[in-house]
Formats: sequence, structure tokens, C-alpha cells
Amino acid sequence: MWEYTDKVKEHFLNPKNVGEVENPDGVGDVGSIACGDALYLTFKLDEQGHIADAKFKTFGCASAIASASALTELIKGKTLEEAEKITNQEIANYLGGLPKEKMHCSVMGQEALEQAIASCRGTEVKKAEGEIICECFGVTDKEIEQAVRENGLKTVEDVTNYTKAGGGCERCHDDIRKLIAKVRGETSPEEKKPLTNIQKIKLIEETIEREIRPSLQQDGGNIELVDIIGNRVQVATRGACASCPSAPITMKSLVEAKLREFVSPDLVVEEVSS
Amino acid sequence: MKPIYVDNNATTQVAPKVLEAMLPYFREYYGNPSSMHTFGGQVGPKIREAREQVAELVGANADEILFTSCGSESDNTAIHSALTSNPEKRHIVISRVEHPAIRSLVASLSKQGYRISEIPVDSQGHLNLEKLQESLTQDTAIVSIMWANNETGVIFPIEKIAEMVHRHGIIFHTDAVQAVGKIPVNLRNTTIDMLSLSGHKLHAAKGIGALFIRKGTKFSPFLIGGHQERGRRAGTENVPGIIGLGAGCQLAKENMDQENSRVRKLRNHLEKELLYRIPNSVVNGDPLQRLPNTSNISFEFVEGESILLMLNEFNICASSGSACTSGSLEPSHVIRAMGVPFTMAHGSIRFSLSIYNTREEVDFIIEKLPPVIERLRLMSPFGNQGNKACTLQ
Repeated sequence: MWEYTDKVKEHFLNPKNVGEVENPDGVGDVGSIACGDALYLTFKLDEQGHIADAKFKTFGCASAIASASALTELIKGKTLEEAEKITNQEIANYLGGLPKEKMHCSVMGQEALEQAIASCRGTEVKKAEGEIICECFGVTDKEIEQAVRENGLKTVEDVTNYTKAGGGCERCHDDIRKLIAKVRGETSPEEKKPLTNIQKIKLIEETIEREIRPSLQQDGGNIELVDIIGNRVQVATRGACASCPSAPITMKSLVEAKLREFVSPDLVVEEVSS
Repeated sequence: MKPIYVDNNATTQVAPKVLEAMLPYFREYYGNPSSMHTFGGQVGPKIREAREQVAELVGANADEILFTSCGSESDNTAIHSALTSNPEKRHIVISRVEHPAIRSLVASLSKQGYRISEIPVDSQGHLNLEKLQESLTQDTAIVSIMWANNETGVIFPIEKIAEMVHRHGIIFHTDAVQAVGKIPVNLRNTTIDMLSLSGHKLHAAKGIGALFIRKGTKFSPFLIGGHQERGRRAGTENVPGIIGLGAGCQLAKENMDQENSRVRKLRNHLEKELLYRIPNSVVNGDPLQRLPNTSNISFEFVEGESILLMLNEFNICASSGSACTSGSLEPSHVIRAMGVPFTMAHGSIRFSLSIYNTREEVDFIIEKLPPVIERLRLMSPFGNQGNKACTLQ
């Protein structure tokens, strides 16, 4: 049995604003019967541009109904600009929290709101483009990335709880794992595991071999890795480079740039003789 | 207010007589049957008696009954034993609608290299016997097919299936956890090699089950340790549980007629009235080949968890094959295997009665459920389709 808060139970048993607003200014229609839940949201603006009335119809479990009820209460009286700032977390918070397996209900609320606001502004409802990752529930990489970013999700299970992706045949779990890694890499580089010295040396050698040496050799030059001290990469010039007047520029614009790109942004390249 | 409990396929109330039989084995006769002293040793004959009571209910010999801790342990033991006894065989056959005790087990075995065949069912929940026949190979170590389905109550022709499997010299196991105690089960004239049953589904206590192993069947124990159960299952006997299972089986035998007449009538009354009063509701599974106590009904355009929680407000206890109730996102594998459309699958409710249910209770459900469905349909964006049909009828 789910541990629903009293607030969830209250909004499930006595939901606020059930129905459809007549001649609505905004309409949001998300989910489907196949997915197990769906939400139809309508609202009307007053002359000052505030949401005067909002109503919903929901097919789904208790938390889906409660989330929709909470959503309508949250947006009433707000301008579109204020309403569009509402996140799924705020819907969940309004209800005193949702079981983590049910967070997708609050996400559905937010999606319906987003769609309703777009329809109100007459803009094309921006459908999350991107590639379908979870075929069972038709969830795209963009949707997963957004959920991971906005809610700080860490595991496949989290993603399933918020977006449903991965909740069916489970074949997409590897792809979801990769998306999580990608997003978390983007938003929190500090959480990237620092390279060990050996990994760093290997990576520097590989980068020189693959990215740097071929272009130097085209001009009859070459470099050699001499030592690595902390972030200082010491290299010696060989061949044509040794006598090339533009060698210092090459060091910065090619060698250091490539090493920073492929290994670590805080590397400094120094030329040493030997 | 006393709960109206119609979730007896999940678990049952311990019968007063069963509890009475068990209590002395907590209070007074708490000895270990393996002990040398009379105080412990005197429990041994009582266990033997319970073993006979269990054997009697299913038409077996007492020495063919192995006590376990639950239905799941019985299932695990049976599969494990068949695989260990036939190490060269790497193929397992089950149905698509088995209980998770079997499904999850073979899913984990498939990761260890076993090949699994899952036999489909049709829209009525009947097993495709041709597909079963085709699936049997020389590499098949065991076929495990449930006797009756826990969600729909649909009964498979197990004697016939056992016969078919046996002709190929393959071990046949049946998970009869839902069948034993509800319908007559007589192993004597069958070729079933192993059968699982569970105490708490037939008004005995939780934590006790049994596995029937036909004499002459190669057996390899699952729990290794002491010499209990003639070396076939280690672990000090759950004496009160065993005594209770014996008493429960005896009681089930006595109540079998009632289960199949009075309970069946109650179930039929409930089902008929709900279908009549609620438009767009459909019974899942063959209404005829079915356990007498079970009714699984889909209410179109509404979601099962919502129905259950609204029923809960009236203290009515049922269960659902809806995705939301289980924590998974997809509706029950049983309902899906039958090809029930999604509009129906999410709104399936299982009522499972027992001899303790009364006509008044059933009438109370008949009174309370239709407005719940109507209310949820009014709340649902698809609900118009559901309630509209109401005026058509």
C-alpha cells in the first residue's frame, strides 16, 4: 500500500476543480490510456491576464488525481509568466510530497501546464523533439535529460519514477544510464571522477599521438613528452619544430589546446630542452 | 467497522479451529521434534498426523508431502530439484501467466544460461496446448504450469497437461497454491510429479507451505543442513504452522462443498449485479472454467488504484491488476497475456471471496461500487465514453 500524505488523500477523495472550463484560453492534454494516466487541463484568463479559472479531468491513480487537483489550485490567480515557473517539485511539495514511484504524476501536471500555456499564447505546442529512448512509454532523450537535470536524478530507477521511461521491457536501461551520465557530466563537472596519475599520463600520450603528432609531422616536426608535474606537461621539440620560430605559438594553439580539450582544462604546456 | 474482506486470493483469515489447533504448540508443546526427550519427541506424531491431513486433501501419501515455509519456497524447491536432478537438460517450460514465484525464478535462471519457453494463453485465459506440445524437447528439464490463476481464477486442465508432459518423460510441476482448498484436487490418478500448496491461502497461517513430490521422483534438496523432513528440507520444523496447515487442510476438505456451492453463488451474484449496474464492465477470464471464489472485472476508462482506494473508504478490501497498485508501470502480466485492451487493463479489479463472506457484505459492495466508478468516470477525460454508454443501455 502506498504511503500517501493526508493532503494527497484529501485531494484524491475531494478533488478541487474537476471538469472543463467553458471556452478555455489554454488547453493541455497529456498522457494516454495506454500509459495508465492522462490529464486534460483547461484554464481561462481574466482581463488582467491572470488565470481566473482552471479545471482538470484525470484518468489515473490517486496521486495523478491529487496532482491535477493541486496543479489547478496552484495556478489560479497567477499570470502566465508566474504559472510557467511552476515545477513538478512544487506540485509534489504542495501535496506534502509524493511516493517516489509516483513522481511522474507531478511531471504529468507540469507537462499539461506547459502545453496549456503554449496553446494560450498561440505558439506551437513545443513537442519535445528528440529520439525515442523508451519505446514502451514513448519517452525521448530530451525528456529524460530534462527530468534528470531539473530533479537531480541519479539512477535509472529515479528516471522511471519521474518519466516512466524504462518501466516496461527494460531494454532501454543502458541508454538511460548513458543519458544520466551525460547530463550529470554537463551540469556538475566537479562530480567527474578525477583522473589518476596513470590515467592522466596515458590520456596525454594518446592525445599527443592521435591529435597532435600527425599535424606536426606534416611539417617535418615532432614533440616528445618529457615529464608531467601536477598540471604542467613538459615536452621537448624535435625535428623541424626545434628550429621553428613559431614553435612557441604552436605550443599554445595546438599542443596545449588539444591537451586541454581531451585531457583536462587546467593543463599548462611547458617546453623543456632535452 | 469490520472490514469487508474480498481479497482471499492474497491471503485468508486463519480459521478459528486452525488457530485453536496451533496455540498449544506455542504455549505447551514447544519442544523440538528432533530432541531425544519425550517432551520434544512427542511432537513428532502430531506432525505425522498433519502430514496425513495434507496428503488426504490432495489425494497423496503422507510420505509424499514435504513441509516448506511457503508456496514460493515450494516452487523454488521443485524447479531447483528438477534442474539439479537433470543437469544435462537446459530448457524450462512455463506459462505466460505464472505467479512471480515461478516467473522471476526462471527469469533469473535464463541469465544463467537456461532456455525458457513461455506458453501463451488466449483471450479467455486458456493455455495454448498445441504450443505447449510443440515446446517439449529432449532438452526440457521441467514443465511448470499453475493449476488455477491467482488473478483471474481460470483453471487449466492440469491432469491432461501432466499426461502430455509425462509422455515425453519430462518432470511436471504445478503451482496449485490457488487451487488447493478451493476445488477438488486428487493426485492419485494423475501423473503430476510435484505440486506446491500454501497454508495462508486456505485459512491456515502464513509461513507454512508444502510440496508434494511423487514417490519415485528424483529429488534434490533446496535447503541444506539438518536431517529434518527425511533430509529433504533442512531447518527446525515450524511446528505450530504445520499443525495449523494440517487442521486447515482438514477444514478445507469439510468446506469444499460449501466453497463450491454457497461461495460460488455469492461470487456469481456479485458479478452479475456489478456487470448489470456498471456499463462497460467485462469479466476477465473464462467465466466457466474458473475458481468458485474469484471474479476479475475490468471497468473501462477508470484506473484500478483509484477504485481500490475509494472502496477502501468503505473498508472494502479487494485488489487490482492495475499498474499503479504494484509500483510497476505496466498492468498485470496476466491481463496483458490475455490481450485485454489498455482501456480495460488498467481498471481491472479482483474480488476473491471465502466461506466467511456473507450475502450482506456482497450486497454492500454492489451498492457502493457503481457510484465509485461513475464518479471516477466523470473525473476522467475518457469518462464520457464510459458513462455515455450508461444511457444507451
